[in-house]
Amino acid sequence: MYDIIAQNPLSAALVALVGLSVIFGAVLGYAAIKFKVEGDPIVAQIDKLLPQTQCGQCGYPGCRPYAEAIANGDTINKCPPGGQTTINAIADLLDVEAPTLDEEHGEESDVKTIAYIREDECIGCTKCIQACPVDAILGAAKLMHTVIVSECTGCDLCVEPCPVDCIDMLPVAKGLGDWKWDMPASPEEQINGLSSINMIATDKDSDASDKTDGDKAA
Amino acid sequence: MRKVWDLIGGVHVPENKHQSVQSSIGTLPMPKELVIPLTQHIGAPPKLLVAEGEKVLKGQVLAEPKGFVSAGVHAPTSGVISAISDHPIPHPSGMAARCLTLIPDGEDRWIETKGTEAKGLEDYREHSPEELLNIIRQSGIAGMGGAGFPTAVKLSARQPISTLIINGTECEPYITADDMLMRERPQEIVEGIKILAYILGEPDEILIGIEDNKPEAYEALEPYLKDTNIELVEFQTRYPSGGEKQLIQILTDKEVPNGGLPADVGIVCQNIGTTYAVKRAIQQGEPLISRVTTVTGKACQTNRNYQVLIGTPIGHLLEHNGFDESQCPRLVMGGPMMGFTLEDLNIPVVKTTNCILAPTAEELPTPPPAQPCIRCGMCAEACPASLLPQQLFWYAQSQNHERLEAHSLFDCIECGACSYVCPSNIPLVQYYRAAKGDMRKLAQEKISSDRARERFEFHQARKEKEEAAKLAKREARKKAAEQARAKAAANEDGSTEGNVSGKTASSPADDIIKAAMARAEAQKASPEEQREKLKRGITRAESHVESVQKRLDGLDPEATDKQREQALAAIEDAQLRLNDAQQKLAALKLPSTRSASDSSMSSTPSSAEKTVMEKIKASPKEALEKKIATLKERIGVTEEKLAEADDESLKTALQNGLDKQQTKLKDAEQQLAETPNQLEAPTATPETEDAASVAIARAQAKVTAQASMSDEDKLKASVESLQNRLKKAQKKLTSAEAEGSEHIDAFRTGVEKLQAKLTAAETQLQQDAK
Repeated sequence: MYDIIAQNPLSAALVALVGLSVIFGAVLGYAAIKFKVEGDPIVAQIDKLLPQTQCGQCGYPGCRPYAEAIANGDTINKCPPGGQTTINAIADLLDVEAPTLDEEHGEESDVKTIAYIREDECIGCTKCIQACPVDAILGAAKLMHTVIVSECTGCDLCVEPCPVDCIDMLPVAKGLGDWKWDMPASPEEQINGLSSINMIATDKDSDASDKTDGDKAA
Repeated sequence: MRKVWDLIGGVHVPENKHQSVQSSIGTLPMPKELVIPLTQHIGAPPKLLVAEGEKVLKGQVLAEPKGFVSAGVHAPTSGVISAISDHPIPHPSGMAARCLTLIPDGEDRWIETKGTEAKGLEDYREHSPEELLNIIRQSGIAGMGGAGFPTAVKLSARQPISTLIINGTECEPYITADDMLMRERPQEIVEGIKILAYILGEPDEILIGIEDNKPEAYEALEPYLKDTNIELVEFQTRYPSGGEKQLIQILTDKEVPNGGLPADVGIVCQNIGTTYAVKRAIQQGEPLISRVTTVTGKACQTNRNYQVLIGTPIGHLLEHNGFDESQCPRLVMGGPMMGFTLEDLNIPVVKTTNCILAPTAEELPTPPPAQPCIRCGMCAEACPASLLPQQLFWYAQSQNHERLEAHSLFDCIECGACSYVCPSNIPLVQYYRAAKGDMRKLAQEKISSDRARERFEFHQARKEKEEAAKLAKREARKKAAEQARAKAAANEDGSTEGNVSGKTASSPADDIIKAAMARAEAQKASPEEQREKLKRGITRAESHVESVQKRLDGLDPEATDKQREQALAAIEDAQLRLNDAQQKLAALKLPSTRSASDSSMSSTPSSAEKTVMEKIKASPKEALEKKIATLKERIGVTEEKLAEADDESLKTALQNGLDKQQTKLKDAEQQLAETPNQLEAPTATPETEDAASVAIARAQAKVTAQASMSDEDKLKASVESLQNRLKKAQKKLTSAEAEGSEHIDAFRTGVEKLQAKLTAAETQLQQDAK
C-alpha cells in the first residue's frame, strides 16, 4: 500500500481528493434534500415586522406581498401605517441604513383610526365587504352592513368603493384601558422647566442652552 | 418563635405613622353627595342595575358582577341616584370614568329584605365554601390593600392551598388603616381569618404577618389567637415587606415563580381590611360599602383614621380635618412611595383607598432634577425583587424591549425603593412604568396584527379558491363545447362524406335540429316518464275532485240550488279530466304490462281511482247523514249544558241555540229523505265502475230532479243563472280590455253567445207566462 502511494504520489493524491469530494458531495446533497427549509424565512421575518393593516399604501396588495418585494430588493420606506418604527426595525433586520418614510405613499399618523359605517345610510351594496382585506365587515346584499371594530385594521380600503359615502374613518376612542405612564422628562427638560430650583455651582454657571449647544458640538 | 427570613433589599424610610394613630377610628357626617365609580376593581366592569332618578336603599346592589373576574357595587346609604355620568376617578391618569352620583336622603335606611342584624349567616360552617364564596362575590369585596383584585376569585384557587397569610404589614409610611383596624377590632379580624380558612379548606398554616412597629396591634390580636392554629408573626420593619411576594418570602422562604401567582406555591395572601370586610359580609350580611381610610399629612390639622363610605368625595374628608389647600402643593392617594397625585377634590374614596396624604412642600418636596446615572449600584442593593435597576433604566431609556424582557422588567413591583436610594434622583420607577406600558401596548398590537395577518391570509386563500373554482368551471364548459363540436363534425363526416364545404356552414343549425330530435327521442323512449306525468295529472285531478266535494259537503242544506248546481258542474268537469288521464294511463299501460315493475306501479292509480269513486258515489247522501249525526250530537251536548246551566240568561241563550239546531236537524232529515230518490239511479248501478258513467248518471239524476220542478221555475232558474254568467263574462271582458289581453275576441264571442241564450230563455219565459 505504502509502496504504491510512494511510487505514484500524484495519482494517489488525485484519487484521495476525488474520493473525498465524492463523499462530501453525497453528504451535502443528502443534507440539501433532508434539511430543506420551506419558504423564504426572510420574507416571513419582514412580514412579521409589518403592521398587517393590509392597506396597500405601499403599492402592493397586502403586507406579505410587500415583504416579498422587500426581500427582492424594493425600498423599505413605503409603509406609512408602520411609520419610522417599522422602517427602523426592518433596517435592523436587513442590516441596512434606515431611510425616512417615503411621503409619496402617505403620511404617518399617530392617531389610529377605524372604519365606522353610518348604518342608517347603508344601502347594503356589499362593495365594502368585497374591499375589506381582513373580512372585518359584516352584512349581506340589501341588508345593513357593520364593521367588526376589533378586527378592523383601519386600512381605509372600504371608504373608496362605498357608493353612498357612508363610511367614516374615526379615531379610536381612548379609555382608561389605553392609558399608560409617560416617560419622565429628560434632565435637560427638567432643568429648563424648573429654572427656579437651586442647583449645584457648576450647573448654575453653565446656561441650559449653552449646554445643549456644547452637546451638539461634541 | 417561628423562624422568619430576611427581606431581600429594601429600605428604611421615615414611618410617619404616629400622627394618625393618636385617636380612634372616627366617623364623618354624611356628605352632600356620593360619587360611586362603577369599576373599583381589576377585571370586567359590572352590569348596571339602576337607572337615573331611582331611589335606592342602603346596601342595595347598584351593579352586579359580570363575568368571573368582576365585582359589584352597592349603595353606601339610602337616597336617589341623581346622575350616571363620567366623573374623575382616583387613577394616576386623572381620567374620568362612569360613576353613579347618589344624593343621600339622610334616612340611612337599610334595604328591607335584610334587617341589619338577622341578615347574616348565624353559623357559616353550615354552608358550603361555594356558598360563602358567592356571598363574598355578591358583596363586591375586592382586595383592599391597593390592588383591588376580586377576593372571591383569589379565594377560589384551583391549586391546593397549604398556607393562608394575612397581610398586616402595612409597610408604607403614613398609612395606619390596617393598624387601627387590628387595634380596635381584633376579634372581628380573627373571625374573618377563620372564615377564610374554612373557605380554603383549613390550610395547614395560618399566619398573620406584622411589622415590629405595631406593638399595640400585636397585643390586641394576641389574646384572640390563644385557642386557634393562627400564628402571629412579627418581623423587622423594612420597606417593602408588605408586598405580597416579599411577605411570602419573609414568612415561608418560598419564591413566587416569574409570571406566577402565590397560589402556584400553595399560598393565598389576604389583606387585613379585606379579612374584616369578609367577616362583615358573611356574619352581618353587609356588602362592602365603607372602609377605613387614613387622612394624614401636615396640611391637615387633624390626622386620623375614619370609617368612610365608599364614594365620599375627598374634599369632604379633608374639610373635616382642617385641610389647608394653600399649604399642600399636591394631594396624594396612597402612600408617599407608591401613591399617585390627585388633581381634583371631587374624586371619591373607593374600595382601594387606604390613605389620603396631604403633605406640605417641606414634608414631601418635589424631587430635584435627575442627574446622570453614576452606576453606583445602590438601586440594585435596594431592589426587593433582585433586579438590576440601573440596567433596566438603561434599556428603558433606549426602548430596548428585548433586553428589558431578558432583565425581567415585569417582575418589578414598582415599590420605588430604587428611586428612593438613587443619589442622582433618577425617577427610575417612572421609567419602568412607562416601559411596561409601552411593552404591554406593543404586545397587544402584536396580537391584533397577528390576527389581521391570519384573517388576510384566509381571505386570500378563499379568493384563490373561488377563482380556481370559476376557472375550472369555465374549462369544463369549454371542453364540453369542443367535444360537442368534434362529435358534430364526426357525424357530418359520416352522413355527408366528402361534403366538407357544407359541413361547417350548417353545423349550428344541425345542432339545434339534432337537439330537438334527441328530445323527441327521449320522450318516445321513456314511457315511464310519460306515465309519471299522467299519474301526476291524475292525483291533481283527484285532489281537485276532493276539494270540490268538500265544498259541496260544506254547503248548507238551505243553500240555493244554484250553488249546488255549480258545485256539481265542477265535479263533473274534474271527473272528466280524471277519466281522460286514466284512459291515457291505461293506453300507456297496455304495451308495458310485461315488466313486473310496471304492473305493480299501475296498481296504485287504480286503487286511488276506486277511493275517489266511492267518495263521489257516497257523497251527497252520506254527507247529509254525517251532518245529521253531528247535529244530533251537538243537540245532545247543548241539552246537557242546558241541564247544568243555572244562570237564567245562559239558559235562554242555550235554549235558543238548541231550537236552531233542532230546526237545522229537521231540514237535514227532510233533505235526506229526498236525496235517496234523486240518487236512486247512480247508486243502483254499482257495477259501473267507470267514473264517466257515474257522471252521466248524476246528470240524469239532475235532469229528473229538475223535471220534478215546474217548467216555469226551471226557466226562471236558468234565466237567473244565465244573467249571472253574463255579468261575470262582461266583467272579465272589461278587465281583459283594460289589460289588452290576447283573448279579448274569445271573451267577446262568449258574451255575445250568452246574451243570445239569455234573450232566448227570456222570450220562452214570457211565452210560457202567457
